[in-house]
Amino acid sequence: MANLACEFIGIKSINPFWLASAPPTDKAYNVVRAFEAGWGGVVWKTLGEDPAPINVSSRYGVHYGQNRQVLGFNNIELITDRPLQINLDEITQVKKDWPDRVIIVSLMVPCEEQSWKDILPLVEATGADGIELNFGCPHGMPERGMGAAVGQVPEYIEMVTRWCKQYCSLPVIVKLTPNITDVRKPAAAALRGGADAVSLINTINSITSVNLETMSPEPSVDGKGTHGGYCGSAVKPIALSMVSEIARDPETASLPISGIGGVSNWRDAAEFITLGASNVQVCTAAMLYGFGIINDLCDGLSDWMDKKGYSNINDFSRAAIPNTTDWKHLNMNYKRIARINQDNCIQCGRCFAACEDTSHQAILKTGDFDNREYSVIDDECVGCNLCQVTCPEPNAIEMVDVDTGEEHLSWLHHPANPYREEK
Amino acid sequence: MSFTHEIKSNRLLEDEITDNFHDISPPLTDKQVLIESERCLFCYDAPCINACPTDIDVPLFIRKINTENYHGAAKEILEKNILGGSCARVCPTETLCQQACVRNTEHDEPVAIGKLQRFAVDHLDTTQPYPFDRAASTGKHVAIVGAGPAGLSCAHRLARDGHKVTIYEAAAKSGGLNEYGIALYKLVDDYAQKEIDFVLQIGGIDIKYQHALGKDVNLNQLRENHDAVFLSIGMGNVNALNIPGEQYPNVEDAVAYVSELRQTNNLASLAVGKNIIVIGAGMTAIDIAVQSKKLGAENVTIVYRRNQSAMGASEHEQELAYKNGVSFVFNAQPKQIVGDENGISTMEFIRTQQSSNGKLQCKDEIISMPCDVVFKAIGQQLDSSPFGNDNPPALDQRGRIAVNEQFQTSLDKVFAGGDCINGKDLVVEAVDHGNKAALAIHQQLQQD
Repeated sequence: MANLACEFIGIKSINPFWLASAPPTDKAYNVVRAFEAGWGGVVWKTLGEDPAPINVSSRYGVHYGQNRQVLGFNNIELITDRPLQINLDEITQVKKDWPDRVIIVSLMVPCEEQSWKDILPLVEATGADGIELNFGCPHGMPERGMGAAVGQVPEYIEMVTRWCKQYCSLPVIVKLTPNITDVRKPAAAALRGGADAVSLINTINSITSVNLETMSPEPSVDGKGTHGGYCGSAVKPIALSMVSEIARDPETASLPISGIGGVSNWRDAAEFITLGASNVQVCTAAMLYGFGIINDLCDGLSDWMDKKGYSNINDFSRAAIPNTTDWKHLNMNYKRIARINQDNCIQCGRCFAACEDTSHQAILKTGDFDNREYSVIDDECVGCNLCQVTCPEPNAIEMVDVDTGEEHLSWLHHPANPYREEK
Repeated sequence: MSFTHEIKSNRLLEDEITDNFHDISPPLTDKQVLIESERCLFCYDAPCINACPTDIDVPLFIRKINTENYHGAAKEILEKNILGGSCARVCPTETLCQQACVRNTEHDEPVAIGKLQRFAVDHLDTTQPYPFDRAASTGKHVAIVGAGPAGLSCAHRLARDGHKVTIYEAAAKSGGLNEYGIALYKLVDDYAQKEIDFVLQIGGIDIKYQHALGKDVNLNQLRENHDAVFLSIGMGNVNALNIPGEQYPNVEDAVAYVSELRQTNNLASLAVGKNIIVIGAGMTAIDIAVQSKKLGAENVTIVYRRNQSAMGASEHEQELAYKNGVSFVFNAQPKQIVGDENGISTMEFIRTQQSSNGKLQCKDEIISMPCDVVFKAIGQQLDSSPFGNDNPPALDQRGRIAVNEQFQTSLDKVFAGGDCINGKDLVVEAVDHGNKAALAIHQQLQQD
């Protein structure tokens, strides 16, 4: 059986699954329940200076799929609204009771050296394993000059990270905001400041919906709304890309990454790890289903690793990075086309509607209502995958490689590229 | 001969009967609708549209339901089928749209189109203006004979086109089969009348009740006094068994009993036999058998001369009968009914078998079954007597009114549709006939 135990910036964890800094890690009661369920660690919900902020009522907005399936949701909560000392005391006690579990403390104080100098020793005294700098929170706190307001300015990131390394001996993880144009810039700044690792992504600026009766964005607080931080499985693709960018860039590739963003199952976790993460943080899936999902996360990942012959996380860490490249390096002589397996096709015609209306008119419809058949016109098919995307039957449309007999040719070397490079 | 009649009312308590006759397929809840509507794949050239005689754009109305555009969904349905509400309840969807659904595979089941259609029509927003406009008056006047589904749909289309319509209805109420012939538990809460009220809101439609063709009005007069005539008189005659004993009391037409059942204010007061035999294999046979059980009959047996696979009633309907405790006897052909002027005691059948060439052969075996009531449900015929002998419309080989593709009869400006012409005898098909005949009538009247 594969070993899920792993080490992240010198911190040992029984598995790569931590709960992200969020409501599930706001207090000892929740954290203890998480540890009882089997979570490897938690990033304690962000501590700040007293007096603690006050939260509003009505805090989460949801983006549903058509069948009340939660695609994503957002929140307008602030950092912990409990007094600092209560949190510090609870962290101390829980860490003492659960020595084999990781507790990272998330921090957010004003961008002034003294503020950090004051809080860091208090955190270190709890026995916590490390700190995470919340430079990502996109709502509320930036209006007070904290959170994403810091995370969007690389110089501030570097400066604050340096203070943390200076006034504290704990490992420092810098949590990055996705609400920027190039995530590599803040990552590089964190590295320059001495960060031990980065974690990403924090939540994304969002309005999940508008109540068309009251004309208020959701979540609505007494008839008014504000943008909140978007999370859940809908943000996973964005997070995967950002993680891979940091892992691929030579300037930041050495930074360990804690992957965050829509991790809902073991497969998501494995994908994050193959693209650069050393462990993952989960929040939304736990908020939707409770802590019990940890069982499947561990079990599923372990089983998959066994099948693949991986004995620990490091065996497949960054395994997809060599295959993640720039567009210009893709093989333009590669061809794949769709194949419709008539035995599994239910003749819904979704592929036809999609291809005929919006793509390449590469699907042929024959027969009448009672006896219709859809097939691919090979010469017209560009291998875009849209038919397979729209198909409701998992095994009806297959994308198959076509041997063009031509050797690899990228845009970089393509004759049509006026700026081509010679091979 | 001596036997005791066991035909009596109040076989069950009134409450029990009320329970038994509740809506057999209750409306979906909002949550069920959300889940079910999500299952529709929004097929291209969806087979369900083709399977619907009225061409309702099923995927489109389901999509509208899914986006909570209920009013739009209802309008989409009613535009094609003004009786979309009753069709949603009485259509044998398992042999129409739902049979065509691409989800109808061994791994899956079809989208519940009928139930979704009912939900949509039930959620038409009545605070909004009536969803159909009436064109400016054309000055033309069309007579329609029969206020059943075909007549009502034809009337509504014609009224929308600006024609004046008078419907001559033999009965005291309109609705035809929906009012008098559908099993009570399929169409509850006086739905047929509520639907007709909605149809008539278009304006320009006058219904003359208890005006029977051949008695109170005649076809020649109607042709003289109107610009066109649409005949939707249904089928007035019930097929006979043509066996000895058929003339005895308590050998009844299923259709007549269902009509009585639908019109009574007190179901418990209906006289119900103890041992009931139903002859037939179609929907009417199932309807009368199930309703007899629901009224408290002890033994109800459907007897059919062929085997089960030849039954006209769908598997869904047969299942309904089994669930309600109805028994089936197959391969038994009626021979005679034993009784006298006071009633009946037994019915005799000849055992049959299917020969290899598909023909039905009688075996040398008689089956005798006790009964106090026999219901005949072996089909109906057009009653052509109301046309009289003075220039009646031509009939086809099945004895129904012959029509061309425009639903025109052999008589100039006389059209026909619904069960009185050849077809599958479905409400939804009658609506389609009415729609199409209205279009043909409208086109002709415009040329005048």
